[in-house]
Amino acid sequence: MKYNRRNFIAISGLASTALFIPNFLKAFERVNKGLLQTDKGKKLVVVQLSGGNDGLNTVVPYRNDIYYSGRQGIAVQRNQVITLNDELGLNPNLTAFKKLYDNANLAVINNVGYPNPDRSHFRSMDIWQTASGANDYVRSGWVGRFLDAQCADCNNAYHAIEVDDTLSLAMKGDKKTGIALRDPARLYNSTAEKYFADTVASYKAHGSATDTDLNYLYKTMVETVSSADYIYKESKVYKSDVEYPQTDFAKNLKTVAELIVGGIDTDVFYVSLGSFDTHVNQVSQQNRLLGQLSDGLDAFVTDLKMNDRFKDVLIMTFSEFGRRVKQNASNGTDHGTANNIFMMSGALSKPGIYNDSPNLNDLDEGDLKYHIDFRSLYATVLNKWLNANDEQILGGKFEHVSVI
Amino acid sequence: MLSNRKKIQHLLWRSGFGVDRTTLLKLQDKPVNEVVDWLFNQSKREADLNVVAALGDRKKPDMMTREEKKALFKANFQETSDLNLAWVNQISTTEQPLREKMTLFWHGHFACRSTIAFLTQQQNNTMRRMALDKFSDLLMAVSKDPAMIQFLNNQQNRKQSPNENFAREVMELFTMGRGNYTEDDIKNAARAFTGWAHDFTGQFVFRQMFHDYGDKTFLGNTGDYFGEDIINIILEKRATADFITKKAYKFFVSDTIDTDIQQQLAKQFFESGYDTEKLMRTIFTSDWFYDEQNIGSKIKSPIELIAGIRKSIPLQVDDNKPVLYAQKILGQILFYPPNVAGWPGGRAWIDSSSLMFRLKMPEYIFNAAEFEVTPKVDQDDIEEQMMMNSEQPYAAQRTVNKLNLAADWQSYINSFSDVQDKQVFNEVFDYLVQPLNCSVSAEMLQNYANTGSREEYIKSITVRLMSLPEYQMC
Repeated sequence: MKYNRRNFIAISGLASTALFIPNFLKAFERVNKGLLQTDKGKKLVVVQLSGGNDGLNTVVPYRNDIYYSGRQGIAVQRNQVITLNDELGLNPNLTAFKKLYDNANLAVINNVGYPNPDRSHFRSMDIWQTASGANDYVRSGWVGRFLDAQCADCNNAYHAIEVDDTLSLAMKGDKKTGIALRDPARLYNSTAEKYFADTVASYKAHGSATDTDLNYLYKTMVETVSSADYIYKESKVYKSDVEYPQTDFAKNLKTVAELIVGGIDTDVFYVSLGSFDTHVNQVSQQNRLLGQLSDGLDAFVTDLKMNDRFKDVLIMTFSEFGRRVKQNASNGTDHGTANNIFMMSGALSKPGIYNDSPNLNDLDEGDLKYHIDFRSLYATVLNKWLNANDEQILGGKFEHVSVI
Repeated sequence: MLSNRKKIQHLLWRSGFGVDRTTLLKLQDKPVNEVVDWLFNQSKREADLNVVAALGDRKKPDMMTREEKKALFKANFQETSDLNLAWVNQISTTEQPLREKMTLFWHGHFACRSTIAFLTQQQNNTMRRMALDKFSDLLMAVSKDPAMIQFLNNQQNRKQSPNENFAREVMELFTMGRGNYTEDDIKNAARAFTGWAHDFTGQFVFRQMFHDYGDKTFLGNTGDYFGEDIINIILEKRATADFITKKAYKFFVSDTIDTDIQQQLAKQFFESGYDTEKLMRTIFTSDWFYDEQNIGSKIKSPIELIAGIRKSIPLQVDDNKPVLYAQKILGQILFYPPNVAGWPGGRAWIDSSSLMFRLKMPEYIFNAAEFEVTPKVDQDDIEEQMMMNSEQPYAAQRTVNKLNLAADWQSYINSFSDVQDKQVFNEVFDYLVQPLNCSVSAEMLQNYANTGSREEYIKSITVRLMSLPEYQMC
């Protein structure tokens, strides 16, 4: 097309308006008209424990001599453990987890990992977030690819929400992405800012829907405005009376609970807690964080139960790796491999301790061997909980676990 | 027809980081070939980064006390931040834009992280010095580079216990790409690389005692190969030229590859013995490079965005915090690539949060607007902090932020002094907006102009134009 600076408005106007009723604007209109639907579907809440949580001091093999001899400065003492069965017990800070366990709302999956584990934070987190093998480099995240597969016609980012200021790779698909927000009102105010709104309006009046990178930016803007608007409206439907602890983590869970109970049409929520990277003086730091984890989830589950939604919500924790079996010289632990994962829901088909506890007699150079590939858990969640095509999203077949 | 000025701007965005308007006025009427010659001449000189002191004879880490180790961690962390700032500043103010752009290209191609700042600096300087030399020489140099050897575990690659990491990545990500070799080739190549290591001063050493002198079968050939032989065999494969030219096409021309053109580039690159300068000259002087579909069609990387703003309006940046902060939020921190595959680029830069920050950043920079955005914490950074201050565990701090940087508007505003008042808007627009088809309306923009004075007018529309999606494109 001939381009002339002086009359670029006229040209772009001519080129587009006749053809231009992109789908994604329809969703925008729907939201603007306030036609909120109340969604009662299944929700997944991913809880990322950043930094490599020490699984052995989280779910403690409290009758194991190897555990105690390797961790004389940091082991959780037998009399402090919250007993689950005659082998395993919980870190004493996980009081809420015991309640969930007793109510058949908690599953502990031991020895989760992947072949040829990487002990670097950023690489292993990359592997967990993209659901790749240790020798593969994948540019999209597993939740993002869920959106690609499940939500190809959705025109809004709110189907997967991360409660944070920036978006994790896990939430970025090849075509679709989730949205990150710390506070629905703040995001809304930011997109409602006049210049931003005018730019979007100008695009809607003069822009084209051709699939160029520039239009991709505009499309992202339109979706952000539309999602921010929708999320803000949904966030006002239900204001929780439950008392949440005064931590960032709990505050973020409260945001999630209000959105879920409010009836938001979002499938996946993503929150993080950290840092669990306990090389030095592990006990105080990990205890504090596990306490935050437990207390935050306690309020969250209470909130969901009060509103009869816990049966629709699955919480899954993960960390990029576990830590070495033996402690180091600084009363901490160094980067390890396989780890345990928690699943929590009002609708678990097989609650309790899912599989054998870690075998401390059979280590790989001082590290735990994995028995369950983490992608088996993703596959199960995608297929059984979110009703999606797990093989397509994960690029392969992974055996399901029978927890949900 | 594309104006010559637009062509020159295109060339200067893609071969560098944009151009200040005064320089543009000098170049805008020259033929493309002449400006390309100018670019290569400019880039003949090179400027090493020289922020981190050499390692010298320092103690081996296992001989250090805990306090000494802590101090070393702390120093390396600080030095890597200093190095980051030095490079961003050099990119933003350089007289050798092509060399810096090529260095950034190779930095993303040979993606590497090192905890030792001196090794990071040394590697970066190697890439800068060899940026336009033969790729074959650069590949050999990077393969023997201590930071890379450390990053891809070749220190641990020994006859008794081979480590395949380097052998795998050199083929998968640095040269041929997948599908051109087998797992057996990786195993045999790894054996050939045994003994490649570095010493504590950051020099490459070949440790004979760790080398496997036996025969290796690699890509159909058998011999008692050393690492050099493996690199040379890889360079004999056309797949290597194919892989590199694909990457160069995506980085410099378009995310959508025109296969015919790319195949011609690959053939030329291979037949020239991997002459990078020749490859780049061909790209920048070809008619197809200036096709309308390639103009303003690429999403700027965060570094291109930040450097581009600073090219137009110089900023005084002495503190590395705001610069690191913006890189974190936008998703590209120099010396911290996401993995050994580098930054994926293109639309992967964009999500709601990163786009919002891009669009509001000019206001944060030039109007000192406040905001509350906290980047994710890099766990590798935390590790440093833990080592530094073990008694006080890290707690995320969230505060109201400001990117308050001193901007030097004068040269920019002066560059418009010959422009008639009526034409100012069009001239500013033309300078800042690279895409040919825009959807934003001039009337809307005029509503935001400060008409108090000519100076304020130029400033206000500049900040507004930089806040548009159009400005994200180059």
